[in-house]
Amino acid sequence: MRVMAQMAMVMNLDKCIGCHTCSVTCKQVWTNKSGAEHIWFNNVETRPGQGYPRTYEDQERWKGGWTLNKRGQLKLKAGGRLKNLATIFAAPYLPGIKDYYEPWTYDYENLTTAPAQQNMPVARPKSLLTGENTKVTGSSNWDDDLAGSVEHGHNDPILRKVSDKIKFEYEQAFMFYLPRICEHCLNPSCVASCPTGAIYKREEDGIVLVDQDRCRGWRQCVTGCPYKKMYFNHKTGKVEKCTFCYPRIEVGQPTICSETCVGRLRYLGLMLYDADRVLEAASTPDEHGLYEAQRSVFLDPNDPEVVREALAAGIPEDWIAAARRSPIWALINTYKVALPLHPEYRTMPMVWYIPPLSPVVDAVSETGEDGERQENLFAAIDRLRIPIEYLAELFTAGDTGPVDIVLRKLAAMRSYMRDINMGWETNESIAESVGMTGQEIKDMYRLLAIAKYEERY
Amino acid sequence: MTTSMNSRLTDALISTRRFFTPKQEVSPDGRTLLKVGGRSGDAFYRDRWSHEKVVRSTHGVNCTGSCSWNVYVKDGIITWETQAVDYPTTGPEKPEYEPRGCPRGASFSWYTYSPTRTRYPYIRGVLLEMYREAKARLTDPVLAWADITEDPERAARYKSARGKGGLVRASWDEAIEIVAAAHVHTIRKWGPDRVAGFSPIPAMSMVSHASGARFVNLIGGSMLSFYDWYADMPVASPQVFGDQTDVPESGDWWDAGYLIMWGSNVPVTRTPDAHWMVEARYRGQKVVVVSPDFSDATKFADEWLPAEPGTDGALAMAMGHVILKEFYVDRQTPYFIQYVKKYSDLPFLVTLDAAQDANGEITHTAGKFLTAADLTDEIEPETENAAFKPVLVDETTGQLRVPPGTLGHRYGETGVGKWNLDLGDIEPRLSLIDDAELTVPVDMPRFDTGQGSVGAIRRGVPARRVAGRLVTTVFDLLLAQYGVGRSGLPGEWPTGYDDAESPYTPAWQATITGVTADAAERIGREFGQNAVDSKGRSMILMGAGTNHWFHSDTIYRTFLALTTITGCQGVNGGGWAHYVGQEKVRPLTGYSQLANALDWLRPPRNMVQTAYWYLHTDQFRYDQFGADTLSARTGKGQLAGKTTADVIAQSARLGWMPSYPTFDRNPLIISAQAREAGKSTKDYVVDELKAGRLTFAAEDPDSPENFPRVLSLWRSNLFGSSAKGNEYFLNHLLGASHTISAQETPERHRPKEVTWHDEAPTGKLDLLTTLDFRMTSSTLLSDVVLPAATWYEKYDLSTTDMHPFVNSFNPAISPPWQSRTDWDAWQQISRVFSALAVRHLGKQTDVVAVPLTHDTPDAMAVPHGRVLDWKYGECEPVPGVTMPKIVEVERDYTAIGDMMRAVGPLMDTLGATTKGITYDLTREVGELRAKNGYVRGGVADGRPDILHDVQACEMILMFSGTTNGHLATQGFETLEKRTGCRLSDLSSENEGHRVTFADTQRGPAPVITSPEWSGSETGGRRYSPFTINVERLKPWHTLTGRMHFYLDHDWMTELGEGLPTFRPPLDMTALFDEPAIGDTPTGGISVRYLTPHNKWSIHSEYQDNLLMLSLFRGGPGIWMSPQDAEKIGVRDNEWIEAINRNGVVNARAIISHRMPEGTVFMYHSQDRLIDMPLSETTGQRGGNHNSLTRLMIKPTHMVGGYAQQSFAFNYMGPTGNQRDEVTVIRRRNQEVTY
Repeated sequence: MRVMAQMAMVMNLDKCIGCHTCSVTCKQVWTNKSGAEHIWFNNVETRPGQGYPRTYEDQERWKGGWTLNKRGQLKLKAGGRLKNLATIFAAPYLPGIKDYYEPWTYDYENLTTAPAQQNMPVARPKSLLTGENTKVTGSSNWDDDLAGSVEHGHNDPILRKVSDKIKFEYEQAFMFYLPRICEHCLNPSCVASCPTGAIYKREEDGIVLVDQDRCRGWRQCVTGCPYKKMYFNHKTGKVEKCTFCYPRIEVGQPTICSETCVGRLRYLGLMLYDADRVLEAASTPDEHGLYEAQRSVFLDPNDPEVVREALAAGIPEDWIAAARRSPIWALINTYKVALPLHPEYRTMPMVWYIPPLSPVVDAVSETGEDGERQENLFAAIDRLRIPIEYLAELFTAGDTGPVDIVLRKLAAMRSYMRDINMGWETNESIAESVGMTGQEIKDMYRLLAIAKYEERY
Repeated sequence: MTTSMNSRLTDALISTRRFFTPKQEVSPDGRTLLKVGGRSGDAFYRDRWSHEKVVRSTHGVNCTGSCSWNVYVKDGIITWETQAVDYPTTGPEKPEYEPRGCPRGASFSWYTYSPTRTRYPYIRGVLLEMYREAKARLTDPVLAWADITEDPERAARYKSARGKGGLVRASWDEAIEIVAAAHVHTIRKWGPDRVAGFSPIPAMSMVSHASGARFVNLIGGSMLSFYDWYADMPVASPQVFGDQTDVPESGDWWDAGYLIMWGSNVPVTRTPDAHWMVEARYRGQKVVVVSPDFSDATKFADEWLPAEPGTDGALAMAMGHVILKEFYVDRQTPYFIQYVKKYSDLPFLVTLDAAQDANGEITHTAGKFLTAADLTDEIEPETENAAFKPVLVDETTGQLRVPPGTLGHRYGETGVGKWNLDLGDIEPRLSLIDDAELTVPVDMPRFDTGQGSVGAIRRGVPARRVAGRLVTTVFDLLLAQYGVGRSGLPGEWPTGYDDAESPYTPAWQATITGVTADAAERIGREFGQNAVDSKGRSMILMGAGTNHWFHSDTIYRTFLALTTITGCQGVNGGGWAHYVGQEKVRPLTGYSQLANALDWLRPPRNMVQTAYWYLHTDQFRYDQFGADTLSARTGKGQLAGKTTADVIAQSARLGWMPSYPTFDRNPLIISAQAREAGKSTKDYVVDELKAGRLTFAAEDPDSPENFPRVLSLWRSNLFGSSAKGNEYFLNHLLGASHTISAQETPERHRPKEVTWHDEAPTGKLDLLTTLDFRMTSSTLLSDVVLPAATWYEKYDLSTTDMHPFVNSFNPAISPPWQSRTDWDAWQQISRVFSALAVRHLGKQTDVVAVPLTHDTPDAMAVPHGRVLDWKYGECEPVPGVTMPKIVEVERDYTAIGDMMRAVGPLMDTLGATTKGITYDLTREVGELRAKNGYVRGGVADGRPDILHDVQACEMILMFSGTTNGHLATQGFETLEKRTGCRLSDLSSENEGHRVTFADTQRGPAPVITSPEWSGSETGGRRYSPFTINVERLKPWHTLTGRMHFYLDHDWMTELGEGLPTFRPPLDMTALFDEPAIGDTPTGGISVRYLTPHNKWSIHSEYQDNLLMLSLFRGGPGIWMSPQDAEKIGVRDNEWIEAINRNGVVNARAIISHRMPEGTVFMYHSQDRLIDMPLSETTGQRGGNHNSLTRLMIKPTHMVGGYAQQSFAFNYMGPTGNQRDEVTVIRRRNQEVTY
């Protein structure tokens, strides 16, 4: 056992309102600078949608992350470092400007300085790459709220896997939001892709950083990261990425994206894990097993042996205490409602998600007969608009089982708490039906609904 | 290590890296590189994070957020902002208000140094040249201004150049001189009421609003309303509650057991509050969304009811049908029945007017409330204000009784201690059904029989005879209206919920809304049952989607019926939750004194803006129908032959609504003329009016003496945001280029009482001034542009409906370049104005016409709401009764600058009156004098100083009950005397507490429970409106003192809106000959055109912000369905053009299946400055969202002088609605030019 500590995040997508405040505050603090216009350490995607950069999840195209070779051994999907070195000037799997967007500004000065003329002055768009007039044809959030769905929707790589379930029709519409930052993976393919050793994972908290002095801008990490959270700054010629706001984390403040999240859906905390078991877990043959495999790498901070080993590894006592009260530990392990994003990339990501509920699908056209019964105010999981298969492709490599359980827990919490809300007797069978006790439901409710600042971070 | 990765060669290669990176550690398996970070690690981003100062401020943008933000400063430069998280706690069992904010607010600092920032004053070059020439010649600024504006050729030259570039940089001195001179000249030549000011939403930055408002009010100008103008004001609220708007804070959503989000896209428009709804679901709240599109809010719904746009009233009527049938008739729910007996007008008696139908059969229509004035013998004497004391039947005795708490008890000697809802031994009888003397048919108006057309359905009520009149209860009428039958009643009734022919069944609504009958039935039942189970914790969260329609008052009354019949109003977690516009100035009393300058001069001229622009932008000249088009079949022809302009003129002369400019004469000469005639001014005005020598300006708005001449905008982008009928403004008001293609009103539809000029004037306005910190349509159209400080560069205060805290603005930096705070700019303007006034104005006597005002005895001017017009000899013109009050105001124009900067003496002598309660402020004036210091010399000698914005903040806080516990208690004690109810304990916990500006700088400062509002925060409670009414039995400010289902004013009857009803969206095909929705004229498609609030901006603010533009599509867009896109062959992001009679707009298409067929959204306030090409059709700049809209005024919004239907500023007045519009959209040439 080799105990290491990792700062991690859970986002409750069921609470995400898609407002993008996280994106803006992050951008304002970190990347509102020349050459970094397209760099969104934090972005929010409407799903279904293409994501940002477009179709980044299509690893057949972009070759991000890891894969298993014929012998079951882990290898970079884009090929090993040797191949990368050989193709270092070719970069065949790099998203191009069209996959991001051509950053632009406007001729704002014209509004003030325009001489007398025939029509009202206007600020027309200008490319920030060429300085020329342009027509805006792309952005980091082009398909917000299903914009352009009929034209672009079929490019959603997830949708392709479950497309028979989903039609882009008004009556069947659904959407939810997916905020994303760097995953600060336990098994980061970006680090392994870097030919210059500029990318490193901080030993004390697992934050993955690019050393700005050392980076030579080879961009192999951009290919290597399946989440496409390594961004090339075209002015500095270096790669930048989410820093997990380490200058704030180091002094006990939450990340900018977390603290400014008005949906109050982000949780931060420390996780202990066994570094010796990461490779083995990441090499789990069955993709459906990766979620549980990653969970098995985490170490229980209440386990005396773990504590002993952690202290031996030089992890301070207050860090171990932090791991004990970590909301991440509670959401991933105690309540088991958080799931990893794309475990099949085998990077052991450390930003996890609680999947969202959604409206019932038949309200448009049919009667919801079981809604007639007052005690059944909340729809059954199999009638929700978001196909569970879609969520499973995001969080469990297509295995609907764990997603189904999480959604049932959320629904059970609502039913159980309604009785309390109305001043009625609680119904313990609701809790039991999802393998929880009433007290556990109340505890989980406190973390998800009351969600005080001190308990989120 | 058992597992290896890649090939052995790779392993070797990676492992060699150890030698090149000696201070790092490569994992033994070679996958990863570990490096000890910590404080010695990567310095790059730590440098970036560093800053020297964090300053608390907020954003003043009418978003309802009022969020506290931390503004970061590095090297003296504002760098970014993040939300403050130090809100006072809501307690351990609830979520907190932290962190409030949204992406728009997070991007605000972009403006500080942006290229769209106004850094210097600018003046239209052609005007400045003329001015310099004239001034050089005449040496006097006022004479120079007169010289230019009175020369038609030169005036036309600079007016026609408006909005076409050519602004030149000027100095503050020169710019202010022109502004001041224009004001002086206009007051002298045309009258002070020809000057107007517009700045909206004081709550978003009170002192900045008050800056110009104080100036305009001191000089006697017209301040234009905003809440009604924006159509954010729900007219149903004064109609039903007698209150402007009073709603729960968002923390109270948490208390609801059932929440319907109805026309409010909460994640987009209440971004910082949305989490309360999201989190409340976890405690078992059911959430239902009614929305025509799959909106951001729908994501959170348990069920989505996709009602067709504008049909929400039909769905609500059907839900009401279900609730009334199942909870009132099939079984009697004690909680509901006790509630409506006590708190609503349902038990009150209404007379039934007999009529003969076309077949000669006798039928009836609902008439007037029966009042004590109708009963001389039947009940104990109730002589005082008898016509305002409605009557009910006592259940136990069957006797008629006048319960306490009516409007008649609110005023007069005998009402002292009796204005309360304590029924004592009275048990109101809800229905006459059990001991009906007879049952009679009643014709109920209906509007569902085809777009816009009207009909009636005959139903029946139990009745009895009283004093020779046939009467029934409001409840019996309500059941008849909703079609809930009871045995033995005549008339046509639904055969069941599945009867689609009979209004207002679930099946009937399905044919209108598209929502299934089963869903309407089920959600209605659930809403009601939840209210039973939770004692009133069912809530409807409603917004612009249902409030911006022409008939929104009817839509809202159907909602309020739901929340009232289920006993949800005045209950935490229940009732209406209307959020459109940041109207709630929590420290209301102090703000009102400051902004209206009530400390120096009373009364102010406050004008309803919709009527103002309807006339002054000549939109009335394009009407194609009469006001009576809206009348019900059951109406009595009161609007027959009238146009909307006639209705406005009538409302003005009856004193119902304010009307400025008031007369066709300068109000500064009227007093002197009266003296010459040897009469009092009041008598003189009456005599002149009767003789027809003096007329109302509203009766001839196109005559030059009645034009608005000077308009100032601050904190406002009228022309890029709220100006419905934008192109009419451009043409008639400004004289600029426009794209109107509408036909003028044909002769047969022209006004009878408003003069028609053959040629419509253009360019009425002489001076348009805008203060702003960014370039907008308004600045580009302005003659003078003044650079304003941003929200991070000044002191101010902000409050909202959404939370109970006062937040402060504080400067993170000083105003850069030559920008100034609004407060400083207006102080300076007032000083220059006064200096010019010495020669040209001096002291003057102004004659102000004041409308009949709510919360005063004026509300008893029109008994029974019977319209009598002195112009037709139906009554005498009596100021303050049948026409406006006539009040003389002495204005010393040379002292305006002195008055601006000091608190005036009327605070000591008259105190301050808010919602009918007068506060004695002598102690507060003394304390403010000590705190702020005082002025030496001049008219303000010894008065408290408010020269600086932070001093004005202290004045507001000192003079308001919500921020001064002593005043709150004083107000409650005053109210206790009238009501006889115990109230002052509500604020006693804060008796000694006062919120100072320093408190607001330390953090969001909680307010104190005060009679300025109807709910209570006492003991840390979440605010919900009307809890004081329900729990302490304080009446509502209505005729009966209860919440009203029934409104008996003549015009309400005329429109068939006495009771909640369904009226469909206006039929623009019938009214204006627009193509019907779905038609495909000349390669286009005709669609419903909606302008909901934008995800990437707050009104026009932020729509030009590069961060927000980068986060979506970077310019104007129109959302449409794939079906409509296909019909016109347009693809996503292609250029389209939208055209109707009002104008033209260009945009890029955003095609999505979340949109319903037949409806498009152009999200509101995408100004024409950003990426707007020239129109293919007109060759002009392609318009903005309001280029396709126009004003349409509902006559009932002009009602006044009658109980709760009386005017108060931003409280009652016609709405500037814009949702009923249609447009044709077509694909345009893709080679756009600019």
